[in-house]
Amino acid sequence: MDTPTSPTAGVLLRLHAADNVLVATGPVGPGPTPVSGSGTLELRAKVTLGHKVAAEAIAAGAQIMKYGVPIGSATDQIPAGAHVHVDNMKSDYTPTYALDATAGGDS
Amino acid sequence: MQGYLRKDGRKGIRNYVAVAYLVECAHHVAREIVHPHREDGAQVIGFPGCFPNVYAQDMMERLCTHPNVGAVLLVSLGCESFNRFQLSEAIEASGRPVETIVIQRTGGTRSSIAAGQDWVAAQVEALKGQETVPMGVDELIVGTVCGGSDGTSGITGNPAVGLAYDRLVAEGAACIFEETGELIGCEAIMAARARTPELAEELTRSVEKAARYYATLGFGSFAAGNAEGGLSTIEEKSMGAYAKSGSSPIDGLIKPGDIPPRGGLYLMDVVPDGEVRYGFPNIADNAEIVEMIASGAHLTLFVTARGSVVGSALAPVIKICANPESYARLSEDMDVNAGRILSGTPLAEVGEEIYDLTLAVADGQKTKSEALGHAEFILTYKSFEPIGPACLPG
Repeated sequence: MDTPTSPTAGVLLRLHAADNVLVATGPVGPGPTPVSGSGTLELRAKVTLGHKVAAEAIAAGAQIMKYGVPIGSATDQIPAGAHVHVDNMKSDYTPTYALDATAGGDS
Repeated sequence: MQGYLRKDGRKGIRNYVAVAYLVECAHHVAREIVHPHREDGAQVIGFPGCFPNVYAQDMMERLCTHPNVGAVLLVSLGCESFNRFQLSEAIEASGRPVETIVIQRTGGTRSSIAAGQDWVAAQVEALKGQETVPMGVDELIVGTVCGGSDGTSGITGNPAVGLAYDRLVAEGAACIFEETGELIGCEAIMAARARTPELAEELTRSVEKAARYYATLGFGSFAAGNAEGGLSTIEEKSMGAYAKSGSSPIDGLIKPGDIPPRGGLYLMDVVPDGEVRYGFPNIADNAEIVEMIASGAHLTLFVTARGSVVGSALAPVIKICANPESYARLSEDMDVNAGRILSGTPLAEVGEEIYDLTLAVADGQKTKSEALGHAEFILTYKSFEPIGPACLPG
């Protein structure tokens, strides 16, 4: 066991070649942000650990791909570098329940 | 590893005195009986309902005859519907000391507590002298659960448990993963790992049942904190949760209380059968942990990201923290810091640490939650049909 890790600036992880979202490994953005393994992505907002950003422009209705599988659909046009979350995507199974105070990723 | 040999051939990794209330009205007395002995292995379990329920009766029977339990005190109010006679007979047949206190016949609260404390004190003493026998990894049953998941769970803690599971299964342990409501969206890739096509169909059906059940209730198995931590949909949460199962073939589908017949990887279907009744299938993580314990799990690997602090009665809980920020805040509750994978520690190294810790805890090392006195327990109403023949292919 090692000592507690304090929050450090993150990078963006691509979990699968087929994905159109990347995952933040710590607080990132706004601005150019390193993508693990390849280049940078211009982020439109601050995004916190574990949240997703669009790797490319995603059309409304298109599937959101993570781990190489669909995890829901875009409810809006999502530009590259935008935060992808409950405000612009939805489950293709059951609706997601979030408290207003906890749904944001930019706090 | 050393374990406590029971009459049915199974071995325990702890030697608890379980004090079981048979209706909520007897809970206080049970809690007071345990209080002076809570650091010597006495623990409270129980069922709160006054109406009979086959599932609850079966679960209590499995729990009271769990290999980690050495003796059982039943605490009845006296007028509840729970069949204390049947439960007591099952415990006696398992070779364990058992005693029943009926509060309405023992003179009330104070005298029931006194009588119970005397009995428990004597059992705690007697169990201290019990010899242990060698125990192999292939005699171990392990469960895994995730709670308070977020966007880190599926890339750190859950796949690390998956690696530990692969090794435990390869060495002959029986490993259980569960919560079919959190496998929604993964049914096709999971079914492809089944030993037989018939089992694949059963696995798929169990997830479809969960999707129907949750749709009727209007909520997925998804809490507000999941969204705060970056998860947007149930299928995204599912893909992360699914990673706990590792990559071994799936050997069977069991329901709560079914004991894996041999080593291997098993999915536990925790969603009730039949029409939707009694509310949410699992109202909190501990309900799932209790169901895996009823299926013989000696200990549970609990992956948390927002930061759960729970343990469990009857079987130790190893807490694996997926999120490095939560670990920094809650390290006193966490056994493993899997969040360090995000800062470059290889996944395999954390998988190895979880495997080693599993064996150390099985051999008696206390987990953080055990040392802190956590012994949560919850059991509610459910109803299940027995599993079909396709669920456990030879």
